[in-house]
Amino acid sequence: MSSLINLIPAPLWHLIMIVAGILAIMVPLLVGVAYLTWAERKVLGAMQMRKGPNVVGPFGLFQPFADALKLMTKETIIPAGANRLLFVAAPMLTFALSLIAWAVVPFGEGLVLADINVGMLYLFAISSLGVYGIIIAGWASNSKYPFLGALRSAAQMVSYEVSIGFVIVTVLLCVGSLNLTAIVKAQEGMWFFIPLFPMFIVFFISGLAETNRSPFDIPEGESEIVAGFFVEYSSMAFALFFLGEYANMILMSGMTTILFLGGWLPPIAIAPFTWVPGPIWFILKICVCLFVFLWVRATFPRYRYDQLMRLGWKVFLPFSLAWVVLTAGVLVAFDWVPK
Amino acid sequence: MGFLDRTARSFLLAELVSGMALTLRYFFRPKVTINYPYEKGPISPRFKGEHALRRYPNGEERCIACKLCEAICPAQAITIEAEPRADGSRRTTRYDIDMTKCIYCGLCEEACPVDAIVEGPNFEFSTETREELMYNKDKLIANGDRWEAEIAARLKADAPYR
Repeated sequence: MSSLINLIPAPLWHLIMIVAGILAIMVPLLVGVAYLTWAERKVLGAMQMRKGPNVVGPFGLFQPFADALKLMTKETIIPAGANRLLFVAAPMLTFALSLIAWAVVPFGEGLVLADINVGMLYLFAISSLGVYGIIIAGWASNSKYPFLGALRSAAQMVSYEVSIGFVIVTVLLCVGSLNLTAIVKAQEGMWFFIPLFPMFIVFFISGLAETNRSPFDIPEGESEIVAGFFVEYSSMAFALFFLGEYANMILMSGMTTILFLGGWLPPIAIAPFTWVPGPIWFILKICVCLFVFLWVRATFPRYRYDQLMRLGWKVFLPFSLAWVVLTAGVLVAFDWVPK
Repeated sequence: MGFLDRTARSFLLAELVSGMALTLRYFFRPKVTINYPYEKGPISPRFKGEHALRRYPNGEERCIACKLCEAICPAQAITIEAEPRADGSRRTTRYDIDMTKCIYCGLCEEACPVDAIVEGPNFEFSTETREELMYNKDKLIANGDRWEAEIAARLKADAPYR
C-alpha cells in the first residue's frame, strides 16, 4: 500500500482524495434523493389512508429506479420558440447548484469536504443562486405558464431569503463564527432550537418557501399554472429539475439540522447515545426534518400569492428582525457574546 | 381582547399544529387501498356490467326476438334479425350489441319480458381492438353460459325490489 502511495505524486494524490470525497457525498445523496421521492409518495399515501407505491419490488422499493428508467427513455422535447442553449442549461444549473452546496456540510467531526471559514455564507449564496435555474427555465421556455412560474418564483425566493438571512444572523450572533463545524460545536451544551425556538420555526417555514415546497409551491402550482416553470420540460431535463428540487429539500433539512438541531451531536452526551457515530445522527435528524416537509405537504393547501407575500414581508421580516435585536441585546446584556 | 386572542393563536400556529396532528393520526390509520387485480371491491346485485343472453335450465335460449330491447335502446346499440326456426318457434338469427355505443343504462334488461338479455357482474372486458367490442349472438350466449350462476344469484337477490 505504501509503495502505491509513493508511486503517485502528491498533488495527484490530493486530487484523487477530493474526487473520492465528492463521490462519497454525491452517491449517497443521489440515492437519498431517489428514496425521498419514494418516501414522499409513501407518507402522502399513508396520510390519505392509501398504501402508496407497493408493486415494484418489496414495499415498492424499486419504484424510484423504475421512474428514473422511464424518464431516461423518454424523448427530450425542445419547444420551437425556446432559447435552446438556456433551455438546456437551466435544469443542469439547478441540479449542479443543489449538489455544490454539499461541499461545506459537515457530516461529523472533521468529516467535511471543504472546511472553509465562510461556510454559512457559501451555503446561503448557493441556495440563493438556485432561483437562477428557475428564472432561466421560465424565460427560455418562451411560453406563458413557465414565464408566470418564473416570475412568482423570483418574487417568492427573494422575499423569503431576507427572513432566512436574519435567522442565520441570529444563530451566528450566538456562535461567533461562520464556520459550520464551529456552529455545530457551539451547540454542545444546548441545541439552538431551544433558546431560539421562534427563529427555528421561521427558518423552517422560510425553508419550505425557499425550496418551493407545499404550501408555498406557487411557482409550480399545478392547479393554477399547470406545472409552472417546467411545463415545457420532458425526459432527463425534467428529471434534473426534479432531482434538484429534492436535493434542495435535503440540503434545507441539513441546514436546519446544522443551525438548530446540533448537526452530528447526539441528543444527550451520555453512553448509549455517544456510541452511535456522528454521521448517523446527522442523517437521522435530516430524515426527521424531511418527514416534517412531507407531513406539511400532506396537511396544508397552497398559499395564495398575495398571502405568501404578506407572510414573507409583513410577518416574518419584522419578526425575525425583532429577534435579531432581542438576541443581540440579551447577549450583550448578560455578557454572553462569544469571544 | 379578540384581536389579542387571534394574534396569539396565529403566532403560536395553533390551527396549523392541530391540522398536522390530524394528518399524523391518519398516518397511523389502517389503509383502505384494495390490491385491485388480486382483491376486488363488493358489487351491487344491480351492477350493470357486460351483457349476456341467458338460457332456460333445459338449454333453450330465452330470447324470443320481440325486439323490445332494440326499440328501447337509447344509444341504438342493439341490432336484431329474426326468423321462425324449423320447429316453428320464433328465435333470433342475429343479435348484435355494439359495446362501444352502449351506455350501460340497463333499459334493455328492464324491457326484456323473458329476462333473456341481462347486464352481468363482469366489468373487466376491455379489448385491444375496437372490433372485439362488436358483440354478436355467439359471444352474448357464451357470456350467458359463463356467468349464469352469478346472474341467477343477482336476480334472486334483487327480486324483492323489482
